[in-house]
Amino acid sequence: MLFGLPIVQITMFGFALTNEIKNAKIVIVDNAQDLASQQIINKIESSDFFYVKKAMLNPTQIDAAFKKGDIKMVVVFPANFNTDLLHLNKASIQLIADASDPNTATTLTSYFTSIVNDYQANLNQNASMPYTIVPEVRMLYNPDLAGAPDFVPGVMAMVLLLVCVMMTSVSIVREKEMGTMEILLVSPVRPILVIISKAIPYLVLSIVNLTVILLLSVYALQLPIKGSVPLLFAESTILIITALSLGLLISTVTKTQQSAMFASMIGMMLPTMLLSGYLFPIENMPLVLRLISNIVPARWYYIIVKNIMLKGLGFTAIWRETLILIGMAAFFLTLSLRNFKIRLE
Amino acid sequence: MRPLRFLLQKEFRQMFRDKGFTGRLFIAPLIQLLLLPMAANLTVKNVNIAVVDNDRSVTSQQMINKVLSSGYFKLTGYTDNSSKSNKLIEKDQADIVLEIPQNFERDLINNNTNKLAIEVNAINGVKASVGFAYLGSILSDFNNQIRANWVQPEIVSASPVIDVVTSFWYNPLLSYYVFMVPGILVSLITGISGLSAAFNIVKEKEIGTIEQINVTPIKKWQFILGKLIPFWVTGIVVFSLGLIVAWVIYGIVPLGNIAILYLFASVYMFAILGFGLLISTYTDTQMQANSLMFLFIMVFNMMSGLFTPYDSMPQWAQFVGHLFPVSYFIQVMRMVVIKGSDLADIFPFIWKVFLIGIVLNTWAVLNYRKTT
Repeated sequence: MLFGLPIVQITMFGFALTNEIKNAKIVIVDNAQDLASQQIINKIESSDFFYVKKAMLNPTQIDAAFKKGDIKMVVVFPANFNTDLLHLNKASIQLIADASDPNTATTLTSYFTSIVNDYQANLNQNASMPYTIVPEVRMLYNPDLAGAPDFVPGVMAMVLLLVCVMMTSVSIVREKEMGTMEILLVSPVRPILVIISKAIPYLVLSIVNLTVILLLSVYALQLPIKGSVPLLFAESTILIITALSLGLLISTVTKTQQSAMFASMIGMMLPTMLLSGYLFPIENMPLVLRLISNIVPARWYYIIVKNIMLKGLGFTAIWRETLILIGMAAFFLTLSLRNFKIRLE
Repeated sequence: MRPLRFLLQKEFRQMFRDKGFTGRLFIAPLIQLLLLPMAANLTVKNVNIAVVDNDRSVTSQQMINKVLSSGYFKLTGYTDNSSKSNKLIEKDQADIVLEIPQNFERDLINNNTNKLAIEVNAINGVKASVGFAYLGSILSDFNNQIRANWVQPEIVSASPVIDVVTSFWYNPLLSYYVFMVPGILVSLITGISGLSAAFNIVKEKEIGTIEQINVTPIKKWQFILGKLIPFWVTGIVVFSLGLIVAWVIYGIVPLGNIAILYLFASVYMFAILGFGLLISTYTDTQMQANSLMFLFIMVFNMMSGLFTPYDSMPQWAQFVGHLFPVSYFIQVMRMVVIKGSDLADIFPFIWKVFLIGIVLNTWAVLNYRKTT
């Protein structure tokens, strides 16, 4: 499970999950059937975003099709589309989107609109329009607009935290629950050594996991690491130490494996999934959640990894985030060491 | 039937005496339904834009104003130095940099055409493409506007304009809550009841009470029904609680028939409990069950189309998603709650879930052994 998890996650996020919208099924109701409508339809069909079916639907049929969930959008070309365009210089296309998924609906309509705008710009070029502004766009860091670059840094944060926090806390509480902790405490070994020896295997395990994730993302997802690899490992070690101290802290305040597991879920997994910014954009959240997100270690780690891996930046770009992580690690470590009881209750 | 009645009595009594369980039953829906929809908002808005204005002319000012007044963009930087703007993208303070070249206005008038440089931080591919599409359409609007101002109207009106009129059905305000809440309700009852069932049986194994049941003349099917029914009831109760929370907090009232929702929920519970049961027959400790469940829950949540569009996944992933009942229920919830789909619309889904339920439960019953 510990080694399977990163592999499952990378495959899932890297290959299967994507926020982009591809092959959305749309129906085009072409009442015009003329040159202009045909040209636009050809453009739509040749894009990856849409999977086009042509049909004649009335509003009731559109409603029925949406209710079945077969299609996402309907495009209606009015009769005399081309004639209107040529003679009145103005024609309209109607889009009806199934907005039950608002994200898909807005994305599809904006894709469609930009295709139409392109077509219109071409028409106008032929008519040699005066004063034309030509926007030239460069997509930085991820020219293919793939989903993986956004997800891989998040998966790294997630796996590291999961392994460290949950496993550390559960393994220490397990010793408590089974009574073996007493034996360790009465032995001449100093308590700090007990803690360190609990933490080191998970530190090693996490570094191995990290290596697996990076190898997978470089060789399977073709996602090169643009920045320095040692720096990436150093920063990850800081996150691992933060997570280990948090796990330790949880183990000092819980008594059973079940409750340690629950605390790790609520205290670590949920915030990491929701508030680190890798699944959901932080700027869309209400103020309270935005404030809370500042104390989630994964949030800062996510920024660091993105900067190193994808943008290829050096330490100067991330010293602030690094400092925050170190501060968190120090805070949790002191708190948990002070909380660690060496006496039996 | 008498042994079954006693078993049910035992299960319910055990359930209500476990304060932690009843607590989770009420608190989990509240936390999940309050926190998740607020955090899980994927709408692209507030795109941060930085402007490098090397021109500082009337036209460039008008263009910037036009872009900012659209409401999609937030100005986070305004300089006349392009190296500064690159820093803004590096620091994630700008998603898009719009660079207006020197003498933009003059060259536009003299050469009849001019270029604008736009740089987009494309790490988040969706935000990049949607943000650029917004910007592109604003710029082309602006272009038409200056033509209208600068040249004789008859030349401008000679250029054909295609007007795209959009209507958003079922959710005209494009509220993201309407989309997320029904889906989250599904993941909620999956977690609460499916998992509890697995843990419950494994716990009996771990503490040894299952042996006491094994030596009684209780039949296999009675034992399993005795476990299934209480958690089935729990699931339906949590489902109702979730519907109430959705109504009170988010004002979401199912457009379709509530009876269809309950019918589907019943069939769904049957399938998901079968899954929990199956897990419990393969594991011996709560720790094992937990690890296994964690993996499955994650795969369920991620591949069911709850957060990311299902149709965009590759074929194999959609196939995997179809093996789990979760994706069907999420789809059906959204269809019935938001669009008011009726029984005929969801029929293809309900019988598949029923089939999955039969397979999982049969498998679990066959795999359950009264001997150790």
